[in-house]
Amino acid sequence: MTTLDKVRQRAESDAKTHGYYLNPDPEFLKNLLEGLQKNEERYGYPSCPCRLASGKFEFDRDIICPCDYRDPDVEEYGYCYCALYVRKDVFEEKTSIAPIPERRPREKQTKAYAVPEETGAEKPSEKTSIVSEKPSKTRLKMWYCKQCGYVCFREEPPYVCPICKAKREMFAEITIRVSA
Amino acid sequence: METVKVPGKINKHRVLLYAISTCAWCKRTKKFLKDSQIEYEYVDIDLCSREDREKIRADILSRGGRLSYPTVIVDDKALITGFKEDELKEVLEI
Repeated sequence: MTTLDKVRQRAESDAKTHGYYLNPDPEFLKNLLEGLQKNEERYGYPSCPCRLASGKFEFDRDIICPCDYRDPDVEEYGYCYCALYVRKDVFEEKTSIAPIPERRPREKQTKAYAVPEETGAEKPSEKTSIVSEKPSKTRLKMWYCKQCGYVCFREEPPYVCPICKAKREMFAEITIRVSA
Repeated sequence: METVKVPGKINKHRVLLYAISTCAWCKRTKKFLKDSQIEYEYVDIDLCSREDREKIRADILSRGGRLSYPTVIVDDKALITGFKEDELKEVLEI
């Protein structure tokens, strides 16, 4: 089981890497970290504590903390949707924190209620294999960032490139053709 | 759908809170209502059955709300998305 200290360390380290800070309110921060710990325990991955997760890894991928929407939210509002990650001026309490609009596409939010339920949450496999062990209902594709070349394998391209911060529009699908 | 009822001295309005059990904003809303001695009921949507989740989703959307939590519904009329203390105070007349 992931300890609360480990969840905290992971968030601190990620904040440091990206030049962010963690929420300055100790009680609020503790609630967020406990929420992440709880989600990791029940789903197998730390999905956003303030969003409804479907329990399906592939579907929830965009809301696994740090979520796809964190960077544009911190840039626009000074903090992310759940307010775990904040900008320096917010950390120094020069800017107050109030709820911000959900950036996750509405279609995706709605679908989270209708993702088919299976016995237990589907956790990401620890084994890596070229051929899936069981057929998946979601269709995974390969995407690359046209700006920096970052490649990922997922249902949809990320909202922003985690490497160079290019927007989703900069991603293109990689298709492989085999000629006879 | 089962709701958790939280007693309070002030019961002038019917207050229903849709929340997520792990959400820090929802916790803050619960604390605010309790500290203000407001009687309210809540549902943690992440702990609900699929059927109840679907009902909550339909209820929020039919009231013109967004699928964002906390969502507070006062007297079946006012709907407040997110923890907005000033708006809550105004609607609850406190």
